[in-house]
Amino acid sequence: MHHPARLSRLLAATCSLLLLGSSAAHATELLNASYDVARELYKDVNASFVPYWKQKTGEEVTINQSHGGSSKQARAVIDGLAADVVTMNQQTDIDAIAKAGVLRADWRDAFPYHAAPYGSTIIFLVRKGNPKQIHDWGDLAREGVQLVIPNPKTAGNGRYSYLAAWAWAKEQYGSDDKAREFVGKLFHNVPVLDAGGRAATTTFIQRGIGDVLLTFESEVLQITKTFNKDDFEIVVPSMSIDADAPVAVVDRVVEQKGTRALAEGYLNFLFSPEGQRIAARHYLRPRDPAVFAEFQEQFKPIRLITVEGAFGSWAEAQARHFADGGEFDRIYQPH
Amino acid sequence: MRRTTILPGFGLALGFALFYLGLLVLLPLSAAFIKSAGMGWADFWQAVSAPRVLASYKLSFGAALLAAAINAVFGLLVAWVLVRYPFPGRRFVDALVDLPFALPTAVAGIALTALYSSNGWIGQYFAAAGIKIAFTPLGVVVALTFIGLPFVVRTVQPVLEDLEHAVEEAAASLGASRLQTFTRVIFPALLPALATGFTMAFARAVGEYGSVIFIAGNIPMVSEITPLIIISKLEQYDYAGATAVAVVMLVISLLLLLTINALQIWSRRRASA
Repeated sequence: MHHPARLSRLLAATCSLLLLGSSAAHATELLNASYDVARELYKDVNASFVPYWKQKTGEEVTINQSHGGSSKQARAVIDGLAADVVTMNQQTDIDAIAKAGVLRADWRDAFPYHAAPYGSTIIFLVRKGNPKQIHDWGDLAREGVQLVIPNPKTAGNGRYSYLAAWAWAKEQYGSDDKAREFVGKLFHNVPVLDAGGRAATTTFIQRGIGDVLLTFESEVLQITKTFNKDDFEIVVPSMSIDADAPVAVVDRVVEQKGTRALAEGYLNFLFSPEGQRIAARHYLRPRDPAVFAEFQEQFKPIRLITVEGAFGSWAEAQARHFADGGEFDRIYQPH
Repeated sequence: MRRTTILPGFGLALGFALFYLGLLVLLPLSAAFIKSAGMGWADFWQAVSAPRVLASYKLSFGAALLAAAINAVFGLLVAWVLVRYPFPGRRFVDALVDLPFALPTAVAGIALTALYSSNGWIGQYFAAAGIKIAFTPLGVVVALTFIGLPFVVRTVQPVLEDLEHAVEEAAASLGASRLQTFTRVIFPALLPALATGFTMAFARAVGEYGSVIFIAGNIPMVSEITPLIIISKLEQYDYAGATAVAVVMLVISLLLLLTINALQIWSRRRASA
């Protein structure tokens, strides 16, 4: 022991450094609980957000991602998954978290555009040359046309497809009875109801089943980029439904971890021009009109209705159409 | 009469075993019962007896029984070949049997769907004959047969290995035909193991979700399995309804398993009498 004093000083310095390091890392970690197909999107968002936040606040942050089925993620957050923010693709999932008291009931007012930085809509993908001549919703209920739609009971794309079809028929034929009849015919043309959106894509593309695939525009554009573009054609119907993807800060978690500023900064970043551009590059419709204009080649003009406008609210649509014994179940009941 | 056992302390070992089973099996199961107990009888009955749900029980249990039966027949054959015939690559084939255990079920489901859909390697020939496999109840049976195979092979195999050749020779020397030797000597010895394998394959198939979901087609009233009904109820945040259906599944499974066990005991008694 030649230099006990120096040694102890060194030890103390190391210890305090370690402590500092760990406490700093602790304070600046953020967990984003999100839905399945958003994995790539948030990988890009995080890569841009980390340097942005460092420049803005000098803080070094790590963003962790957790992905899974939207409602399973919501359940996990309710049950205690320590996610600072949730980024979902359906309002009902965040409503469920709010109902459990984990985040504020008026979360839709916490950010611009009803807390939905981007969205998508339902469009059609048909086989090359459009052999069945499918141009609008009415063509889908024709005899001899086969559609692939994800199961509305388990997949958001399925729910939106169903609601858009109902809304179109109600506009077209003027009554709920006629809409019910139309949607019934349409779903009897569906040979496979895959549990998830990606599975439906696989069924249509790889298994070669069906004449038309109904799914999110973001998925359709992704497909035409990933697979052989010439094998398929995109069909944009006369109207469709706005499928906005909402986000929220999980109050219970950020209060506990002291990460509110970071969580709000992260979600606000999604609404910034840079965040909006990243969403658009992932084929999601940005809300910022200026950014939307930059990508107008990509997003075909289409008249969009909203769930609130056509069905009152998500809760009402859910209870009337998708709950057990609801309109959707009745399509399949033997008469 | 005190017998010495390898594990010290009968009380301690039993206590631990019961605690372990309770923690791992009974606790989650009773949670399901408690959750569904929160709803009234009328709601419970409505949740578990809707036409869509009834159709799914028929498919889930019917396909599981059929798949377990197929596995009992062909699993026995595979076990027989693996034990009785030395052939090049036997160890490799032997290892192959366990693959359905190791493969993530979603991968199995996607692979089977690719093979058996109308444009798949196998499916195209059936499609030419007018038979659709993928996206029909038939596809469900295919997937359940796949995941259940190892159970029968692995339960029958060791018993078959222990079965001495001398017994068969004795039967032959006493004038038994080959068929008689099989039905009167070998089969009774294998039956308990075969029944166990059948039961395990069945139990596994009833609860299977991952592989079936891709090949089933999931059309209400036609090709929806009960686990999918449970998942769709969860998706609607209807936890009580989901657990109610789960409870019915558990009770039916338990009754079927008890029946199979009772049959097994009865046949053993009859054989030894």
